[in-house]
Formats: sequence, C-alpha cells, structure tokens
Amino acid sequence: MVGELSIKGVTKRFRREGEEDVIALNGVNLNIKAGSFVSLIGPSGCGKSTLLRLIAGLSDADEGELQLDGKKIVGTSYERGLVFQNPTLFPWLNIQDNVAFGLKVRHIHRQNKSLVKEYIKLVGLEGFEKSYPHQLSGGMCQRASLARSLVGKPKVLLLDEPLGALDAFTRMNMQDELLRIWKEENMTMIMVTHDVDEAIYLSDKVIVMSPRPAKIEQVIDIEMGRPRARSNPDFLQYRSKILKILNFGGNVEDISYYI
Amino acid sequence: MNTNAKSKTTDLIKEVLPCVSIVFTLLLQLMIPDSASHPQADAHYFTYVLWISLVVWALIFILSFFRQNVRKKLIYKGYFIAGAILFLNIVNLLTVKSALLPVLYFPSLDRIFGVLITDRQLILKCLLYSIRLLSVGFLSGAVIGIISGIAIGFSKTVSYWLMPVVRVLGPIPSTAWIPLVLVCFPSAVSASTFLIAVAVWFPTTIMTSSGISNVQNSYFEVSRTLGAGKLAQIFEVGVPAAMPHMFLGLFNGTCSSFITLVTAEMIGAKYGIGWYVNWQKELLAYANVYAGLIVIAVVFSILITLLFKVRDKVLLWQKGVIKW
Ligand SMILES: Nc1ncnc2c1ncn2[C@@H]1O[C@H](COP(=O)(O)OP(=O)(O)OP(=O)(O)O)[C@@H](O)[C@H]1O
Ligand SMILES: [Mg+2]
Repeated sequence: MVGELSIKGVTKRFRREGEEDVIALNGVNLNIKAGSFVSLIGPSGCGKSTLLRLIAGLSDADEGELQLDGKKIVGTSYERGLVFQNPTLFPWLNIQDNVAFGLKVRHIHRQNKSLVKEYIKLVGLEGFEKSYPHQLSGGMCQRASLARSLVGKPKVLLLDEPLGALDAFTRMNMQDELLRIWKEENMTMIMVTHDVDEAIYLSDKVIVMSPRPAKIEQVIDIEMGRPRARSNPDFLQYRSKILKILNFGGNVEDISYYI
Repeated sequence: MNTNAKSKTTDLIKEVLPCVSIVFTLLLQLMIPDSASHPQADAHYFTYVLWISLVVWALIFILSFFRQNVRKKLIYKGYFIAGAILFLNIVNLLTVKSALLPVLYFPSLDRIFGVLITDRQLILKCLLYSIRLLSVGFLSGAVIGIISGIAIGFSKTVSYWLMPVVRVLGPIPSTAWIPLVLVCFPSAVSASTFLIAVAVWFPTTIMTSSGISNVQNSYFEVSRTLGAGKLAQIFEVGVPAAMPHMFLGLFNGTCSSFITLVTAEMIGAKYGIGWYVNWQKELLAYANVYAGLIVIAVVFSILITLLFKVRDKVLLWQKGVIKW
C-alpha cells in the first residue's frame, strides 16, 4: 500500500510588510498511514489550508520536512491531488475537458476516456459534459473539481472543504461516494472540514488543530466499524469530545443528558 | 391589448421607414435639377444606387413576413437605415442640387458612386495590393507579438530584457519610423510590411503579457497538482486564460495596422488603396478620394467584423463571464 505521509517538525511562517510574521504552522508532527482517511478540523485561520498546500508541494516549509512513502516532498506532483477550497475550474474548458485536464497534460487521456465519463457520472454531472463552469451552480462546480482530482488516481488526495457548498442531502450522498472511492482506490485522503459529524462519519483519525500558535491540538482515533450510523451512541461521544477540545464544552453535558 | 397594438404599429413603421426614406430621396433626386456649377457625371449613378437599394429593401421587407429573424433585424435596424439614407439625401441636396458646399471638395454623389464603377479595375488592383501587404504585415506582427508576449509573461529574464524595450519603442507611432525604415529596407513593400508588423506587434505583446500576468495564480496551482509541467502550464493554462486580453491586443493592433497601411502606402508605393487616395488628392480628383475612402471603410470594417467573429468562436466560454 502506498500513500504514507510523515510530517516532521514542520513550521510555516508568512512574512507581512510592516507587521509581525504570521506563524501559520508551528512545529507540526504527524504520521498518516497509507490508505487512511483523515480529517482536519479547527477554527478558521488555524492553518488547515496551509498544511494541505505544504503536502501538495505548492509551498515550502520554513522548518521541518514532509515525506510521502519515505521520499521528501519537493514541488507538486499528480500523486498528491488537491481539491481547492473554492472550486477553481478552468472557465475556458467545459466540464468534460476540465475533468480530463490532468489526464491530458500527462498524455494518458486516450487510454482513459471512459474514466472521465465514469467520474462525471459518479459526481452526478451526467448531461453537463459540454457545459461551461459559469453555467453550473457552486455545488456542481465543487463536484466537478472533485471529479477532476479523482480521475488522476493520486496516492494522496487532499480535500479542502470539498463539500462545503452542498446541501445536506447531496452532501451525505457525496460523503458515501467519497468513502466508496477511497475504499476502491486505496488512496490516502486528507480532508479539511468544519463539520464535526462529517469528520467522524468519514475518518479513521480526526486531527483537531488550534490557532495561535497554530499547532495540532489532538489526534482522535475513531474506532468505529464501517458503515457507520450517525445515530450510533459512540458517534455522539466522539462528537462531544471533539467539541470540547474546540472549546464548545459548555453544551457537552446537555447532549449526554438528552441521550 | 392597447399597448400591444401600439407597439405593433411602431414595429410596422420601423419596417417601412427605410423604404419611405429611399423613395423620398429618389423623388428629390429625380425632381430637383442639378446645379449648373457642378461638373456633370457621366450618368446618374446615385439614382441607380437608390433604385437598387429600393429593390433590395423591398425584397427584405417581403421576406420579413416569412422569416421571424429577418423581421426582428429589420425592425431593429429600421430607424438607422432610414437615417443613413436621409443623411445621403441631405448630402445630395447640399452638393449637386444646390452647390451650397464648395464644389471642388464636395463632389456629387453621382460622381463618387460613378468612380466606384468606372475606376473599379484600378481600385480592385489597389485593394489587392493593400490586402496582401496588410495580411503579411498583420500576421507576422501578430505571431511575433503573441510569442514575445508569452515569453515576457512567463520568463523573468525575457521580461527583464524585453519589457523596457517594448515600453520605450512601443508607443512610438510606427509611421514615425518611416525615414529610418526607408533607408534600412530594400523596397517600399518590405518597409511598409515591417511598419505594419510593428504596429500590430506592440499592442499584441503588451496585452498578451499583461493578460498572462493577470491570470489567477490558483489556476496554475490547480494545474500543477494535476500533473501539469511547465509547458502545459504555459499552453494549457496561461495562454487560454490570457486569450481575452490577447484579442484586445490584436484588435488594437488591427486598428493601428490600418492607419499604418494607409500612411505607409503614401510613401513611395506603386499601388495600394492608401496610395490611390493620396494620388487622387494630388490630382484634386475628390470624387475618387471619397470613393477610395468608402472602399477603405467598407473593407476595414469587414476585416474587423471577421476578427470579432473569430473571437466569438474562440472565446465562446466567455459568454456570460465578461461582456465586451
Ligand atoms: N499567502 C499568505 N500570506 C500571508 N498569510 C497567509 C497566507 N496564507 C495564509 N496565511 C495566514 O496563515 C494563517 C492560516 O491560514 P489558512 O488558510 O491555512 O487557514 P485555514 O485553517 O485554512 O482557515 P479557513 O478554515 O478559514 O480556510 C492565517 O492567519 C492566514 O492569514
Ligand atoms: Mg482554508
């Protein structure tokens, strides 16, 4: 199995004109097993996107090292796909060409034409192959960009709030689809989310981050069999635990009371 | 119901108005005698033009009852066409009918349209010369402009060396190079081609490079995580994303290439539509000058329209994103 990530003492600072540096990540240590599903959760501005960008190779750490399968991460590669927080579909390509983009630039498009169709279908955009991004809704664009990253079968797929713009129902559907793809393709998935339930439902591990200084607060192993039921009592337990870490502890007693 | 009926009447008026305007002009042209101080044209060409327009417009009018899209266009253009004909009517009255405008500089419409017919062979020959000159100059300027724009947009080194040159040399009107170019180039044709190429090159380069540097960085980042190398980033992301700017540059280039063409032809060309206009002006044959100008206007606007058509094809994805 491939797709094991190890992050050792990674610090990332952003320099700002005339102001103090922002420390976006402060000595982060993390090991992510190959083929696992991990969620990053934490308040806005705590460095989640920054961490994903480092793993993707879009920016470099100031200190420390990131490794994929024992090899140091330098620069970008299709092995580490990233679904951006706001869907950056190419406006000059229709949905089909957007999804096929990665295969095209890697010159493996010909042998994989059916794959493009398959993934467009999978994200529920059949019939919109020839539409341009501006003709689709925000949620449809998000699904299209998900398909675009999935189709290249990366070893590690980094997801920055990929389901943020979806309604609750589509969202749950997409969660199941993500799980299905994750199992089928054996890829490591790291997903940023603001939804505690989503994190618990999907992940092997939930990583809770805290801001200022931005670091990893706690890593919670979700030891529940799959498929998971959202009504499972364990589910609620995990939820109160995470909320407590995120300093919403006040409600925790109430929740257990109601159970 | 009432407003509906009212708009139907206005629509009908819009449809008929061009015909009315033509008939009115025709009546005045036929009934008012020409002023004696105007030199006689060898035939009443303006009358012919009016008759032909009347027939054409009547045919379109009839067609509009069967074709909804023709009807819509006709209604939309109705006022404008009628107004344009009215303008010709007034010109006709001010010139040949009354000689109110100086006769030498404002020849009769009969004579201007006459030149288009009697002098058509020379005009056509000149036109072909110009178009050849224009297309070679335009294409080389556009291709080099796009290449240098891409190079400036993507390479810091190229930008460092070339950008100042572009900044300094670019704004010089290409016609200002005429004295230098005449010395450097063996023939007037190569010199003019060069001038036109320069005129197109500058705006194309500037707009292409600025288009590329304005591309959202996240497009490049996405493409990198999808496995795009440097080349793919340039040609699959940078270039298509900068395409709208590129067309703006090409459009500006086209306009300045027209100016340059006409001016360049005035220096030692043997044929060419610019040369024709200039030569006729020296002969004080103003009817020919106006005829030449009409040809220039028509041909150039056709070329511009072609460019717009190509742009609409290439930038289909832009519909609804940016309005031109
Ligand atoms: N390019 C940059 N230049 C300067 N500061 C930056 C840059 N990118 C991020 N930061 C700073 O780093 C910190 C972490 O940002 P990051 O985008 O990783 O947050 P996040 O956890 O993804 O937040 P959100 O949940 O709102 O997306 C923020 O304080 C932000 O201001
Ligand atoms: Mg973020």
